[in-house]
Amino acid sequence: MARDTIGQTLLVATVLCVVCSVLVASAAVGLRSRQEANKQLDQMKNVLIAAGLFDKKENSADEVNEIFEASIERVLIDLESGAEADSSQVNAETYDQREAARDPKLSQTIESAAELGGIKRREKYSFVYRVKGESGEIEKVVLPIYGKGLWSTVYGFLAVGVDASTVEGITFYEHGETPGLGGEIENPAWTALWKGKTVFNDSGEVVLEVVKGSVNPESAAADHQVDGLSGATITSKGVSQLVHYWMGPHGFGPFLDLLRQSAGGGTSG
Amino acid sequence: MALVPSWTYCGNRPEEEPVAERKYREVLLDPLVDNNPISLQVLGICSALAVTSKLETSVAMALSVTFVLGLSNAAVSLIRHYIPSSIRIIVQMTIIASLVIVVDQILKAYAFGASKQLSVFVGLIITNCIVMGRAEAFAMKNPPLVSALDGIGNALGYSLILLLVGFVRELFGSGKLWGVPVMPNWYQTNGLLLLPPSAFFLIGFLIWAIRTWKPEQVEHEG
Repeated sequence: MARDTIGQTLLVATVLCVVCSVLVASAAVGLRSRQEANKQLDQMKNVLIAAGLFDKKENSADEVNEIFEASIERVLIDLESGAEADSSQVNAETYDQREAARDPKLSQTIESAAELGGIKRREKYSFVYRVKGESGEIEKVVLPIYGKGLWSTVYGFLAVGVDASTVEGITFYEHGETPGLGGEIENPAWTALWKGKTVFNDSGEVVLEVVKGSVNPESAAADHQVDGLSGATITSKGVSQLVHYWMGPHGFGPFLDLLRQSAGGGTSG
Repeated sequence: MALVPSWTYCGNRPEEEPVAERKYREVLLDPLVDNNPISLQVLGICSALAVTSKLETSVAMALSVTFVLGLSNAAVSLIRHYIPSSIRIIVQMTIIASLVIVVDQILKAYAFGASKQLSVFVGLIITNCIVMGRAEAFAMKNPPLVSALDGIGNALGYSLILLLVGFVRELFGSGKLWGVPVMPNWYQTNGLLLLPPSAFFLIGFLIWAIRTWKPEQVEHEG
């Protein structure tokens, strides 16, 4: 039969590949702007969830913009100094944090590759989200965090109080971990365990970690420990590691120092 | 990619002969109960377990599979005289995979919440043996229109089971329907129904019910 010749086989394969790739590419390009908008809305929603301002049961997705406008202030900071980024260096309006991590000008190497699960570069500037109370004072800050799980980079937000140590909430909103195992990092029942834990010990080291098994509530370290996810040891380790990195001196450390000072100054003065 | 569930295993599929003269109606409606891909042929079980903990994800999955299966059957059938037999499976796979990516992109744009919950399972429609099975067993031998109807019919049969299981699991597992609480306050939700194994029980009961209603579906040993 003619259709089983090598020529025909190659022809069919080529035509099919071209047609299919055009189809896939046009769907991806045509829908990109909508997908980006969805992603952004989802990120905003997760900032609110980490800050405890959005409850999936009570709030609808339409309210995200409104709540965000009312109580969140987004600030771009220079991770090295912890202070607000110099607007002559970088434009906060157009700054794309994910892109920046790949841009040699806007990123820097991570000194020791093991620090963040093998991620080699991180951005120099990061957004932080100040959560304001009714009278306008800062109540919490929400920090974007990410690191390697088992299969993928997991992205999330961690909210801490003005003491820069008490966890107010955590969410993970993007990952490629196995559903039901590592994917449980987005389970609200698990993220709820983080609330009220403390990141730093008395000597100022980051000690918060996900342990294997469950936390013994009697132990002195219980305040710094979160139950591990069964069947997801590597993802749990990855989460410990990324919290350790981002809360540490190479991550948001300088920013948290400033936050602590201003909070301390506020009470004494 | 994450661990891939093993639903590429396709069980025993009855061989089908070309049925050009079979009525369109029959082709479309037969797979709903009489030749249901899940309850009779026991295909596509893994996705049925994974996405049915809520009605919303069940509906998103059902629509996605209907779209993919209808179009993939039509497309395979359209070019069936040109497909060299040596590469026919990969040709079918390429068509199915492209359609699945398109569906995934559409879900991300218009049903972001559902697409996040479906996560890898939309992508895994590619390996759903119902889709491959219909392309190979039906669309390769029949004209496009009847193939499309066959695809849609089988997808509807799959959807029917998905929706029934999703309905029961959400109602008794979380006391809600489509995210809205409907059960009275005293109702204690049954957490087991939210876990994948419960779908096994439900599908088992469904198969039992259907085979009691239609005893001709019972398989006899030997």
